[in-house]
Amino acid sequence: MNKTHDTDNLLTVEDLNIVYEADGEVTKAVSGLSLSLKKGETLGLIGETGAGKTTTALGLMRLVPNPPGRVVSGKVMYEGQDLMQATEDEMRGIRGNKISMIFQDPMTSLNPVMTVGDQISEVIMIHQDVTKAESVEKSKEMLELVGIPGARAGDFPHQFSGGMKQRVVIAIALACNPNLLIADEPTTALDVTIQAQVLDLMKELKDKYNTAMIMITHDLGVVAQVCDKVAIMYAGEIVESGAIRDVYENTQHPYTKGLFGSIPNLDSDEDRLNPIKGLMPDPTNLPSGCRFHPRCPDATAICAKVKPEPVITESGHMSRCLNSLPAALDERQDDVQELKMVAGA
Amino acid sequence: MTDTILEVRNLKKHFQTPKGLLHAVDDVTFKIEKGHTLGIVGESGCGKSTTGRVILRLLEATDGDILFEGKNIREFDKKQMRKLREDMQIIFQDPFASLNPRMTASEIIGEPLIIHKMVKSKQELAERVRELMDLVGLSERLVNTYPHELDGGRRQRIGIARALALNPKFIICDEPVSALDVSIQAQVLNLMQDLQDKLGLTYIFITHDLSVVKHFSDEIAVMYLGQLVEKAPANKLFKNPTHPYTKALLSAIPSTNLDQLMNREKLEGEITSPINPKPGCRFAKRCRFATEGCSNHELSLTEIDEGHFVSCLLVEDSTRH
Repeated sequence: MNKTHDTDNLLTVEDLNIVYEADGEVTKAVSGLSLSLKKGETLGLIGETGAGKTTTALGLMRLVPNPPGRVVSGKVMYEGQDLMQATEDEMRGIRGNKISMIFQDPMTSLNPVMTVGDQISEVIMIHQDVTKAESVEKSKEMLELVGIPGARAGDFPHQFSGGMKQRVVIAIALACNPNLLIADEPTTALDVTIQAQVLDLMKELKDKYNTAMIMITHDLGVVAQVCDKVAIMYAGEIVESGAIRDVYENTQHPYTKGLFGSIPNLDSDEDRLNPIKGLMPDPTNLPSGCRFHPRCPDATAICAKVKPEPVITESGHMSRCLNSLPAALDERQDDVQELKMVAGA
Repeated sequence: MTDTILEVRNLKKHFQTPKGLLHAVDDVTFKIEKGHTLGIVGESGCGKSTTGRVILRLLEATDGDILFEGKNIREFDKKQMRKLREDMQIIFQDPFASLNPRMTASEIIGEPLIIHKMVKSKQELAERVRELMDLVGLSERLVNTYPHELDGGRRQRIGIARALALNPKFIICDEPVSALDVSIQAQVLNLMQDLQDKLGLTYIFITHDLSVVKHFSDEIAVMYLGQLVEKAPANKLFKNPTHPYTKALLSAIPSTNLDQLMNREKLEGEITSPINPKPGCRFAKRCRFATEGCSNHELSLTEIDEGHFVSCLLVEDSTRH
């Protein structure tokens, strides 16, 4: 793997490890996570409950609650600065300003006793050198930008519907023109037609300001609508990643295949779904070898013994499976033979 | 009566609110054949869950008839209703909130058996609970676990086992998989399908997720602000959605097909209030085909194809010629 930092990468994460410790038990929430994002790119981070998506996002923002959480190791380079080494003061200057976050539930992420206008201008006042009047003016502009009349700046969150509240949250996140937006399930709580509106809005604003985005979701359809790249997480690891077309149309990892098999397809008339059997593993007691092997239909004896390393094709399509990406595997055939010998018995 | 198990005629449920009369369900009419599944689809607040609850008389209807196996159950007294509950059951949306946290899995599943005096001894009860757990794919070792020890998928299996305990003929499934992860969702959907085949159950499947109902239903009814706007056999609805709202709803589903992106039928605005609705089509405000006639014309369902009903002025006009 190329270890030098590409200068055109806005964000590079290398080998991020996050654990939660409680009652002497260690939960590996995120293990060996690496990803990179260029300016203006959108990455979809997909996974089921407990896969470590949200912990990853909190880790990037240095917001993992400590205790019980702890970032064990890892490097998060953002615009040339390692966020893991930054002081708390520096982080405050970055959060909400250069990196913003949209949370899942618009009902609970707004302050119910502050007007939405005040909540937007608060961010602007903290991070920019402006007068109160200017920030109020800017907050109205932001509301208009997300499709809410500026005149409603004096309204409280309960006076808005769910979709409108999420628009307000987006306005807050974009108020300081961040280069990176982390959206944690931004549309999960919304109805489909409203979801479509909000996704369109996010896409439009992202193109307008060339904002890079990490979109965390469990919905493969939402990712297909807005993302350029995608990373699939399972039990704290990225098991497959790459350009969206590679991952969706040339799916390699059995877990990703299982996810696609689990969603009813609108275009075909299949009678039954093909779900993944079993359940997510207990994160305090992860399986040996490949973490997916107990649920994997293609698992062989070696899968329980050897931990698969990421295999990456030329186009950057990564899969963490001993059986996948045959072309790339051919080149590594010797390694695999060796692994099999080690696992041999 | 051939094999219609449930018929609902002009069902209405209105709630009195400080702001006026909330029309949660307005003039809903449909029939379900035995062994079939009717999907009821719509967005939050369209009255789909209320419809389900009114049918079970968990809420009293304001007006209309509910015929179960030919008998109008709105006229049933308490004793008759209790007997009827053996035939009609419900699976709730949230497996985290619908199970008593202080009861074990076997107590939850066994409770309806005790209430309805379906078992004579402790032994028989344990036997029947084990049978039910086996039926829904819950391992025997979980009999003494509490809901908080289980994941969402297993909890929902308990909810399903409880609904099946009395051998019902008819089950209302109110968003049974919405709270579950996709891979678990597929497992539970497959289970429900197997149970239907095995036990000959009739389902009403209430959901906001159109892809789930297509997969599951024989017929689909689309609701908007308390009214049925379109009803058709599942395949027809997806091949030929006719009501502008159905079209918008279908095209708002994010497709995983990368080449099928941007041909969306965008829907502006949001759902209006169901309190004191104005006469005419309730969707008119958000509809891009709306004309002046839409807001001052009372609509009814028009049959445009065998079994395919739509309530839209445009359709009414075009069929009149």
